[in-house]
Amino acid sequence: MHQFLVDLFGQNVVPYIIVCALPLVFILVFALLAILGELKLSAFMQHRVGPMEAGPYGLLQPLADIIKLMQKESIRPLKASRWLFQIAPFLVFVGSFAAFAVIPFSPFYIAADLNVGVFYIIAVSSIVVIGIFMAGWASNNKYTLFGGIRSVAQIISYEIPGGFVVLAVVMMAGTLSMQGIIEQQGGGFWNWYIFGGPKAIATHSFITGHDIATPGSWLSLLLIPLMLLATLIYYVCGLAETNRVPFDLPEAESELVAGYNTEYSSMKYAIFYLAEYANMFVVCAIAVTLFLGGWHSPLPKFIVQYLGADSHIWLGLEGLFWFIMKSFVLVLVQILLRWTLPRLRVDQLMHLCWKIFLPVGFVLVIVVAAWITFVAPRPEPAAKAGGDVNTPKVVAPPVARPLAGK
Amino acid sequence: MQELVDHPTTEAQVELIRSGKSLRSEEMTINMGPQHPSTHGVFRVELVLDGEQVVDAIPHLGYLHRCFEKHTEAMTYPQVIPYCDRMDYLGAMNNDWGYALAVEQLMGVQVSEKVEYIRVIVGELNRIASHLVGGIGTYGLDVGAFTPFLYCFRDREIILNIFEKLCGARLLYNYVWVGGLSHDIYPTFLDEIESFCGQFRNTIREVNELLTGNKIFTTRTKKVGVITKEVAINYGISGPMLRASGVKWDIRRDDRYSIYDRFDFEIPIGNDNDGALIGDCYNRYWVRMREMEESLRIVEQAVRDCRKTPTLMQGDVQKDVPKRIKPASGEIYSRTETSKGELGFYIISANGTNPYRVKVRPPCFVNLSILPDATRGYYVADLIAIMGSFDFVMGEVDR
Repeated sequence: MHQFLVDLFGQNVVPYIIVCALPLVFILVFALLAILGELKLSAFMQHRVGPMEAGPYGLLQPLADIIKLMQKESIRPLKASRWLFQIAPFLVFVGSFAAFAVIPFSPFYIAADLNVGVFYIIAVSSIVVIGIFMAGWASNNKYTLFGGIRSVAQIISYEIPGGFVVLAVVMMAGTLSMQGIIEQQGGGFWNWYIFGGPKAIATHSFITGHDIATPGSWLSLLLIPLMLLATLIYYVCGLAETNRVPFDLPEAESELVAGYNTEYSSMKYAIFYLAEYANMFVVCAIAVTLFLGGWHSPLPKFIVQYLGADSHIWLGLEGLFWFIMKSFVLVLVQILLRWTLPRLRVDQLMHLCWKIFLPVGFVLVIVVAAWITFVAPRPEPAAKAGGDVNTPKVVAPPVARPLAGK
Repeated sequence: MQELVDHPTTEAQVELIRSGKSLRSEEMTINMGPQHPSTHGVFRVELVLDGEQVVDAIPHLGYLHRCFEKHTEAMTYPQVIPYCDRMDYLGAMNNDWGYALAVEQLMGVQVSEKVEYIRVIVGELNRIASHLVGGIGTYGLDVGAFTPFLYCFRDREIILNIFEKLCGARLLYNYVWVGGLSHDIYPTFLDEIESFCGQFRNTIREVNELLTGNKIFTTRTKKVGVITKEVAINYGISGPMLRASGVKWDIRRDDRYSIYDRFDFEIPIGNDNDGALIGDCYNRYWVRMREMEESLRIVEQAVRDCRKTPTLMQGDVQKDVPKRIKPASGEIYSRTETSKGELGFYIISANGTNPYRVKVRPPCFVNLSILPDATRGYYVADLIAIMGSFDFVMGEVDR
């Protein structure tokens, strides 16, 4: 995308601005939609009608909320640490916004297809913690401090099992590039990493029809439940990292009033809100990228390809559609969970992380490593993913085409 | 002192922390309330915390004190009833009833069958409404589940609609008068109650699915805030909290008043099934859940009786209301079972139209007195869960 814009404008500055502005616009639109979805879904679940006054069926309610917040006075507690208090919300937002740089929305749109994309996303999403803790500390309020401490403990803890699960996928994919990981998962939903990934499927001679003659190929069946579990763990860790129910301890309203953002008002509060929703999307987008095939359609080819349209625009649009749809479904599940479940306690949260998820994550990594070493087919030169950064391939590597053999 | 079973922190550990022999860490004093989402009104707890653990919880009361007892001395007997409404505003019918019963006993008034039946019906319906808000709905809210709260409110709304048609008020009824009732029932009263009974079991099932069977909810509440039988009795705790601690004590059965001897109902007590402990938060919640079903049974039986003998529902509800309420000199202590526990009225009459003295034994105030002991050593999140399971209404605690 970036290269294309550079070619178009003949210089570097405008493309950079465009590439930065697009995610920003997307976050705003997404946040509005997600807030509306949250309001309406919770109303639906609770036998209410939800907001009905702003616009038809209350569709403009999120907009009205934001306008209201913008009009509010921005209050800073007298004894708050001035600079930290001002910076904190923006730092939180920067953390989630920076992650959008490597989110592959479609085959032809990714702001920067870094060859260390996954690594980068794990790194920048940790900035959020600093912002949250800063907010909790700088407000000079014991409740916000509690929220901040809980948040740090929780997010850092859950990054570890989450990281292990991501590591398992990265080991199987053999690349850290987001586009690279997605490209491997093309050719139908059975190639997604949630079902063990393309290489695992390829070793099943009875599925693919052609015999690769790998000894112990039945072992690959083991990967299917394992990767399902991995997806679940990643998703739950994502919930914990975004402070969503049942892990919303940092902002537990019945305990800590509003947690780390108790003292914030006006646009600074809105930015916290925006960052939370952006973070929700980032976590779901990563889950989609790693496990659910990214922008690939569940069918072996894009639907537009079946219809005969093969231009980049159509493929890009359909990729965008699939990616956003998959992410939205995961976000939807987050919202549904929020209105269904109670909240865990601090020690139960830590118990789940350190005593259940972490050992499972360890086992997962070891099993996947063993599988790669002993069972998986040797990587063919043609299957090498990632390749050229600027011309991402739409079609999956040959190994990921199980129907080809029939 | 109570025993804290199977929990990360024990009394001994708290002592260790206090004595400074364990890892040195400073205690933090944090003020919870009077404006706090889960103190259920204007209640302030001064928390001394060691990290997330409660070292001490010092309750501060009185933010809602309205001089109820002093006010009564300047009021005539019927004028006191609206003040009773405002004590436990979630179960106002039962408060009115408790006061009216005390004055009736003081004067020796016997009310008609019809009045008794209507009182039982509205009293039990109000008990359900009170549990729906206090014991179940906001309890879910306290542990972080928002949706069951609104499911409960939906059904409470039906009860409030019935009450509104009955006496014009939705919360503070002034319905049960000394010697009678303020209004007669309306024609479709029994039909509406029957239809409510028919659908309410569905709600109980829904709440059971959402909360009672929820793994997170049970891990949050089981083995938390255990109050043993002896401790509960020594503190004078009553109502669902006492029953959750395993004491089968219900004034409706053990010190019968009105016509409760005619109905067949059970008194649910706490049990230790499925990893729960007698007297923990889960049991306090679960006793209230089952109590709603029992109240429903009583209402159904009462309605059935009314249907069976059509003459029962005829007559004036105010025919026994004394023309002049001026009890002879004397005193009375009368107690009833409200949704929160034992509500006692001690009234001294000096042969005047105003009571000489009214002393209330409020269940919430007594139940709340165990808070510091019940929460010591638990986490802050547990403190919220324990406090929520007490189901206190500050209007009654402070009066």
